[in-house]
Amino acid sequence: MPDTLPENSVGIVTPELYRFEEPLTLRSGKVLKAYDLMVETYGTLNADGSNAILICHALSGDHHAAGYHSMDDKKPGWWDVCIGPGKPIDTTHFFVVCLNNLGGCAGSTGPASINPDTGTWYGPDFPVVTVRDWVNSQARLADRLGIQQWAAVVGGSLGGMQVMRWSISYPERVRHAVMLAVAPKLSAQNIAFNEVARQSITADPEFHAGRYREHEVLPKKGLMLARMVGHITYLSDSAMREKFGKVSDELKQASLNLGRDLRAGKLSFGFDVDFQVESYLHYQGERFSETFDANTYLLMTKALDYFDPSVDYDGDLSRAFANSNCRFLLMSFSTDWRFPPERTREIVTALLKAGKQVSYLEVEADQGHDAFLLPVPRYMQALTTYMNVVKDEVGA
Amino acid sequence: MRADLDIIRNWIAPGSRVLDLGCGDGSLLRYLQDNLQTIGTGLEIDETKINACLAKGISVIQQDLNKGLQNFESQSFDTVLLTQTLQAVHFPDLLVEEMLRIGKNCIVTFPNFGNWRARLHLAVKGRMPVSEYIPYEWYNTPNIHFCTVRDFDVFCHDKNINVISRTVVDYKHRDSWFIRAAPNLLSEIAIYHFSRAPAR
Repeated sequence: MPDTLPENSVGIVTPELYRFEEPLTLRSGKVLKAYDLMVETYGTLNADGSNAILICHALSGDHHAAGYHSMDDKKPGWWDVCIGPGKPIDTTHFFVVCLNNLGGCAGSTGPASINPDTGTWYGPDFPVVTVRDWVNSQARLADRLGIQQWAAVVGGSLGGMQVMRWSISYPERVRHAVMLAVAPKLSAQNIAFNEVARQSITADPEFHAGRYREHEVLPKKGLMLARMVGHITYLSDSAMREKFGKVSDELKQASLNLGRDLRAGKLSFGFDVDFQVESYLHYQGERFSETFDANTYLLMTKALDYFDPSVDYDGDLSRAFANSNCRFLLMSFSTDWRFPPERTREIVTALLKAGKQVSYLEVEADQGHDAFLLPVPRYMQALTTYMNVVKDEVGA
Repeated sequence: MRADLDIIRNWIAPGSRVLDLGCGDGSLLRYLQDNLQTIGTGLEIDETKINACLAKGISVIQQDLNKGLQNFESQSFDTVLLTQTLQAVHFPDLLVEEMLRIGKNCIVTFPNFGNWRARLHLAVKGRMPVSEYIPYEWYNTPNIHFCTVRDFDVFCHDKNINVISRTVVDYKHRDSWFIRAAPNLLSEIAIYHFSRAPAR
């Protein structure tokens, strides 16, 4: 963190813990008797509560979407490029809310919390939560904050799925639904990658059937592997070439390198790390395994796998949207192979079939699935333009 | 305001659902929404124009008309519009068929290549017509399927299309008795309102 905060930053922010005592019945039938939600907000709620925006986080995200917790922070919140004064989601006009979802590991009730019934960590006993459960808990948070209707609910990837669920479950409480890099449900390939990630975690000898905390260990190796395989699916081939390839014009023109830069300048003829991409993945995986909870990772991947709003409507997604009352903006990214543009278009088609007002853009971007987190100019421009109209509409 | 908007609005029912193919900056949809409370959707491929639509609060979908309209349900719109774009698509006949499938009625506007200026240009200069209104050279024009008013009449007849109404104007969208007297020779822009004719 530099000595001074950037001008367009929301600045130093402090998360707040909200306690909910009213039991929450989950989709699985299980009941969470009480729970906490860790919440961060930016900007000011206006008098009629019409300028609120809900940001839904993706698989490994949390409530810390923008700004810094202290002047010692190396990096701002995960979506700082989009949230702040003068940014696409402009905090001088909007009141922005972001929370850590149930089952998370950043302060909200989850597997790493203490189960009041047993006095020890929930661990594997924490109930499987679904996108629907998250949205129900978010609706209670909205009640608590005095927000009757969100000016917009916004999210990418798994966050976009929460947006979709909002538009279906609470049609009267959403004005605009903004979904980025999203799919109507996971493909078999998506689920397969998730299963590899889960197997990596559960096969770690330190996992202890999810009760690792009681054994005073963490399944870091497994979580690191899970993150590595996940990370590969977030990047595109071209993004990797760019990241791990020499920038020499000669190589670029010949496209010979393919991003295979050596780490030590020569081959080791052993099984240690030879290429830059390997050490990058190791680094990312290791860092992640130190901060994230393995049981939460398992839960999040299951929430992804289970998401399919069409199941209640004989597989017809358009019927799921029948009562939706909001306007929709969807954006996909050309090199996203996790949720490629054609998957987003499935949602657009369903919305059109349901007769809804929808805008859709397919953004040319090299960064793969991760593009929705990055300041891709055309994406930023479209989001800014759209949110400006939302701002005028709600008189923010 | 574009003069063609005034002509087109008379053919659109208040509160109806309108699909504008190649909607540009969304002016037409905005105009119809403001004046007739229509519920509109536009298709466009140009990024700048898409952004202009978003800025106007118009629902716009980035989609290439040349790749088909399979994502639209049959008879899901009241009116399907195609203004000044017919001549630029790869398969005008297929697109018109798709318009008839999706819309209860359709409106198409196109530059009339049978206009006397175009004829004179070709006849006298022996070169492909270039005008203030259509300023492209043959090698860089997006307009690859020019037709005349008479061509389109024949097309409608052959394809079993019921022409509800036809207006011919000059390129400033001015209507006059003079143009109507010899539409294929004098008009610069043709505006057709049509639907699927009952099966013959």
